[in-house]
Amino acid sequence: MSTKSALRPRYLKVHAVIVFAFLFAPIVGLIVFSFNKARSGTHWTGFTTHWYGDLLHDEPALHAFRNTLKVAVSATILATIIGTLAAFALTRFTFRGRAAYSTLIFVSLVMPEIVMAISLTAFYHRVAHVNLSIWTVIAAHVMFCIAFVVVVVKARLAQFDNRLVEAAADLGATPVQAFTRIVLPLAAPGIFAGAMLAFVISLDDFLITSFTSGPGSTTLPLYIFGQLRFGVSPSINALSTIVLATGLLVLAIAGLYSVRAGRRGSGAIDATALG
Amino acid sequence: MTGSRAQTDAATKKPARSRRLPDWLAGNLLLLPTSVWFLVLLVIPTLLIVAYSLGHRGVIQPIRFTWGSLVWSNYKTALNPDFLPIFTRSIVYALVSTIACVLLGFPLAYWIARFSGRLRNLYLVLVIIPFLTSYLIRTYGWLVILQRNGVLNSLLGHVGLGNQHLFLNTHFAVILGLTYGFLPFMILPLYASIERMDKSLVEASYDLGHGKTSTFFRVILPSALPGLIAGVLLVFIPAVGDYVTPALLGGVKTQMIGTTIYDQFGSGNNWPLGSAMSMLLMLLILAGVFVYLSRVGEDAL
Repeated sequence: MSTKSALRPRYLKVHAVIVFAFLFAPIVGLIVFSFNKARSGTHWTGFTTHWYGDLLHDEPALHAFRNTLKVAVSATILATIIGTLAAFALTRFTFRGRAAYSTLIFVSLVMPEIVMAISLTAFYHRVAHVNLSIWTVIAAHVMFCIAFVVVVVKARLAQFDNRLVEAAADLGATPVQAFTRIVLPLAAPGIFAGAMLAFVISLDDFLITSFTSGPGSTTLPLYIFGQLRFGVSPSINALSTIVLATGLLVLAIAGLYSVRAGRRGSGAIDATALG
Repeated sequence: MTGSRAQTDAATKKPARSRRLPDWLAGNLLLLPTSVWFLVLLVIPTLLIVAYSLGHRGVIQPIRFTWGSLVWSNYKTALNPDFLPIFTRSIVYALVSTIACVLLGFPLAYWIARFSGRLRNLYLVLVIIPFLTSYLIRTYGWLVILQRNGVLNSLLGHVGLGNQHLFLNTHFAVILGLTYGFLPFMILPLYASIERMDKSLVEASYDLGHGKTSTFFRVILPSALPGLIAGVLLVFIPAVGDYVTPALLGGVKTQMIGTTIYDQFGSGNNWPLGSAMSMLLMLLILAGVFVYLSRVGEDAL
């Protein structure tokens, strides 16, 4: 019993409270001050939803919001399809060149965002000679989302029993049937988690978007960053809160889905797979 | 006997085989879209940056890029006394932030994994929420707190410590921002490996007369090592090349590699120099990963 008390030091709990306060201080601060009447500073002068109302008539902000959703949805769909096929190939088949693909995926995960951003802009300008637009942004987002989808889906596929596919084949299923009837349903939670991860990563991206977007394809992170030149303001707080809420909504949907999937016994979104 | 057996096996399997593509073909077909995407938007652009880093700055830069003779001058410039301190500073910031993340993250991960009881999933979600919310916006949140008329100054003013402190554009602000930004990347892998640890080992260590310190270094730390290694890499790599935090919370005195490269492709208008810096950053990261993993053991990943 004495060992138990030694294992349960109270300071660990205090430490946990402090770290959680640290993790949430700026997020809570932002949300709180998005409802503050004062135009600047952090003196609380009363509750208002005025800044949110203003945003409904802020055409550049709305345009940026629509762009952000367009980019995130398109990039998520494409990256999820491409990444799932890749994860399937890498877990199911043995062939030469597999190591090369794994290396590429690793490189795309550790490459600093700034390096990706400048290399993409150099490529678009000097090699592809395309005008920067929402399409160049989507193509870039798909590229950096693929690796995240592959990692998450691969983790899920590695868990399941390959004999199920072999059994299906023995029972006369074509490879396509085996894939759609066995592999896809079993991999679904992983694919879903990968898609959610791709979505939030695309939604938040600032650096690569800023180097690959042209006039008219500004996204919300770019718009917010641009507005910061004029200092902290309650309308940026409100806009940021909306972005946070969008991300949280997606997380909540993912969470509910994984809880339901977990109850059905087919596993949950694994925090370790995300990390 | 065995020969005829093999023949019948081959005969019965034949119909199934003929419908199946060989592995190499199926694998490469499924990977075709990935290959195309990575080749066009990752490999070729990276090679382009390598070429730029060895090229001349054009007369009307950077529009006229001349292939000319390969030169190392960009690398020399990137490491001259104007820019070398920026590299050193980035490494120091990233190291200090990584250490801060370990000190903040280890006890928390340990507490969640071992003592948080029935609310464990809730605490995990509380770590995952910042992990998945916009880094830009979370960093902007610190601007609200740290600015001259921000939350921190008004709190300090209330307790009579003065309300005109300058927090922004300091080493403190940037290191705080980096630590904050990447802390969840440390907590989650640490949690995953501590959670897998066999708890009875700790009890056994105490029963065998080992003290707290000895138990920590001999039992707990080795079990948490894979998570710690992953966490260190996941914090250090993005921190050393970060742009958002030094751009929002820092200033001229706290420039990092990321902001400097950004400037070379923007106002500085020197793509070859920016490319050389990018290559040095990549080398730094790869060398860091390599040295670190060879020191602490590759099998731990």
